[in-house]
Amino acid sequence: MSSYVNSDEVGDWICADCGSELELGKIEVRYMGSGYPVDLPRCPKCGQVFIPEKLATVKMAEIEKLLEDK
Amino acid sequence: MNQKELRDLENLCIQECSPWCVSNCPVHVDVRSMCTAIAQRDFSTALNIFVKTVPFPRIISHICDHPCENFCKRREVGETIAIRSLERAAVTWGKPVTKKVVPLPARNKRVAIVGAGLSALTAAVDLSKRGYECAVLEATDRLGGSVWDYSGDLLPKADIESDLQIMSNPRITFEFEKSLGADLSISDLRSSFDAIYLGTGRRTLDAIEMNCFGGEKLEIDPMTFETKLDGVFAGGSIMRTEAPLSPITSISNGRRAAISIDRFLQGVSITASRENEGPYQTRLFTSTFGVDYQDRVPMKNRSRGYSENDAVQEALRCIKCECMECVKVCEFLSSFNGYPRKYIRQIYNNLSIVMGQRHGNKLINSCSLCGLCKEVCPESLHMGNVCKAAREIMVSQRKMPPTAHEFAIRDMEFSNSDKCSLVRHQPRTNTSAFLFFPGCRLSGSSSPNVERTYYYLMERLKGGVGLMLRCCGTPADWAGRKDDFSKSLSEFLYEWERMDRPEVITACSSCYSLFKTHLPQVKLVSLWETIEKYGLPNHVGETHRMALAIHDPCSSRHEPQVHQAVRYILKKLNYEIHELPLSRSLTECCGYGGLMCFANRDLAINVMNRRVNESPDDFVAYCAVCQDHFQSQGKTTWHLLDLIFGTAGAKNVVGRPLDYSQIRENRSCLRKSLLENLWKEPVDKVQEHQMIKLYIPQEIQDLMAQRMILNDDIKRVIEHAEKSGAKFVNRSTGHYLAHFTPAKVTYWVEYAPNEGGFTVHNAYSHRMQIIEESKS
Repeated sequence: MSSYVNSDEVGDWICADCGSELELGKIEVRYMGSGYPVDLPRCPKCGQVFIPEKLATVKMAEIEKLLEDK
Repeated sequence: MNQKELRDLENLCIQECSPWCVSNCPVHVDVRSMCTAIAQRDFSTALNIFVKTVPFPRIISHICDHPCENFCKRREVGETIAIRSLERAAVTWGKPVTKKVVPLPARNKRVAIVGAGLSALTAAVDLSKRGYECAVLEATDRLGGSVWDYSGDLLPKADIESDLQIMSNPRITFEFEKSLGADLSISDLRSSFDAIYLGTGRRTLDAIEMNCFGGEKLEIDPMTFETKLDGVFAGGSIMRTEAPLSPITSISNGRRAAISIDRFLQGVSITASRENEGPYQTRLFTSTFGVDYQDRVPMKNRSRGYSENDAVQEALRCIKCECMECVKVCEFLSSFNGYPRKYIRQIYNNLSIVMGQRHGNKLINSCSLCGLCKEVCPESLHMGNVCKAAREIMVSQRKMPPTAHEFAIRDMEFSNSDKCSLVRHQPRTNTSAFLFFPGCRLSGSSSPNVERTYYYLMERLKGGVGLMLRCCGTPADWAGRKDDFSKSLSEFLYEWERMDRPEVITACSSCYSLFKTHLPQVKLVSLWETIEKYGLPNHVGETHRMALAIHDPCSSRHEPQVHQAVRYILKKLNYEIHELPLSRSLTECCGYGGLMCFANRDLAINVMNRRVNESPDDFVAYCAVCQDHFQSQGKTTWHLLDLIFGTAGAKNVVGRPLDYSQIRENRSCLRKSLLENLWKEPVDKVQEHQMIKLYIPQEIQDLMAQRMILNDDIKRVIEHAEKSGAKFVNRSTGHYLAHFTPAKVTYWVEYAPNEGGFTVHNAYSHRMQIIEESKS
């Protein structure tokens, strides 16, 4: 999913807690009993994952629908 | 749904039944498709359609007795379509497409075809295609039988000769000047051939009876064309010695006898599945309402038939009979580009899938369950019942997509939680002869009207009027969630019994319809009948003497007394009533029914717009959801209670999506206000996150409404982020971005602190779970 988040979307967002820049990391996403590892931006220190608006409302919504109709 | 139930349901939809011209044609020429092709000036396709069922196209297009035309639906709005003349135009102007037909392998069986008229020759052609050797035995010296009796004006001899070329076929042999009795005996034929077809024409009946049946009357089975002699079949005009000549019936007889002979020679059942082979009564329904009256295009030259242009014009008169009654009135049924028969099959397949994508989910969840289809269907097919049963199966199989109905179910749970629900006897009384049940949507959309109505009822009705604030359970019923639904019903019943079974007064037609269907023990009356009976309140609202179009809610469809009461009230209030094209028992849904607006928002918006565009007048509704929906599309819509109690202060926010946060807030405030003001009871403390003050710009509110995100969800995210510190910050804007997953949905909020509260800059959500590994 790394291609689903481009650097523009990460933009100026940083972790508010520790001030770290976000880096891509392998994250597991799960829905309706299926799980996948994907590359998503996250805080390298505290692990918070960043989901931008477009990823949530377009790509994730599409995959959610596919998995719901399975 | 099992296979039989599927077939029974499919069978109710008559859309695929043949039009009258086709069912009444003895060989079922696909006249509708032929007319469609000619209307598009495609004479070759039309000719191909014609020759598919008619082996002698030139002969038939000249002399067919065209029973089809007597049944043509056009007769209701003009003269019937000149079908035979169009067939002739197809023969004249179309180019035959010679398709290479590979005949079936030879079966090494021989059939004697006695006679050479249309029925005999058709039997020979059909049997030869099926692999049989046919010997045509004819008494005269030529093929064609009685077709030669027609004058050259009616049937040119060259056309007969041209059509008879089809008989040049290696599997068909001919012997001329052989007649039964004189040259041939039935017993010789029976010993030399495997089967016999007697198609010798009406003039030979006596001879056939004498020579084949020992002088006994010739009896021919009208379905199978069997005679009393095993392996001997008969048909054609010998069966119809008294009736007028019917060349097309003779062709049909020959074809059907050939089917029997084939089955006889293969040793399979001759009688199985022979329905509708000849002319039959179709079940199709076609309305000619709105079709312009048109008479036939005159034929300028009888001997040459229609010109190409005239044939096209004549074919354009064909109304292409089909039913589609339900599809015409239903946005849902038309939006999936089919009709119930197709949809039922898709739904059945969807429910039967073990592995793979369930493409029918959206179809099943998009229906409003409103039942208008049943009202207009000639066979009373109710697609809503099919869709609802399918939803119940999906829920029981755990295959219902969570996104379809979860928001609505959460809303229902909220209405039934202690934040909104309330049950009380009338203040200072401990009995209730009546129980006012306003319903959750009126409480959420127009809480002042609930209060005003309750005061009115307490003033007018004797014996105590209790109040129950909660949801009736309709959302769970529509979602197919039987467990949630029965839980909701039992909770209602428990409270109703505790109040000593008062008569229930409903303001919402959905509550009324649900109680009436599921709780027959509950005595029920609508608020509108109550007002009709006890009179309008003393201080009615200002009346404008304007014209209003009434929208009846779909759940009131079967309650004529409610329609009546509402119109009575409006007349008393001096409004001029305009009826919408579909009203009362034929009314349309507003897009909320069946939870359509949650499962298929785009469709629901089309449904709302279809309805509001039916009249330029302002609307009056007596269901709060209908009012909200039409207003959201920019239509001024009054609730009947606004007109009864006064429009001052009535909300008329038009052109904005529904604000579910506000609806929830209104319900809680209604409970609080009634408890404090009427029953003088203190109200519980609010939760901490509810104290958070939000500033939400209009465009973000609308976005949240579209994304079904509530203020409460936003507050929870901010509360969590501010407490835990888990959030992102934007270096250039200073905004925060945080997320929280209270149950199944993860909400993201972009926000910034502002004057003791927070301004919301964006909000979105997803359902996929993100497995975050905490590294701190």
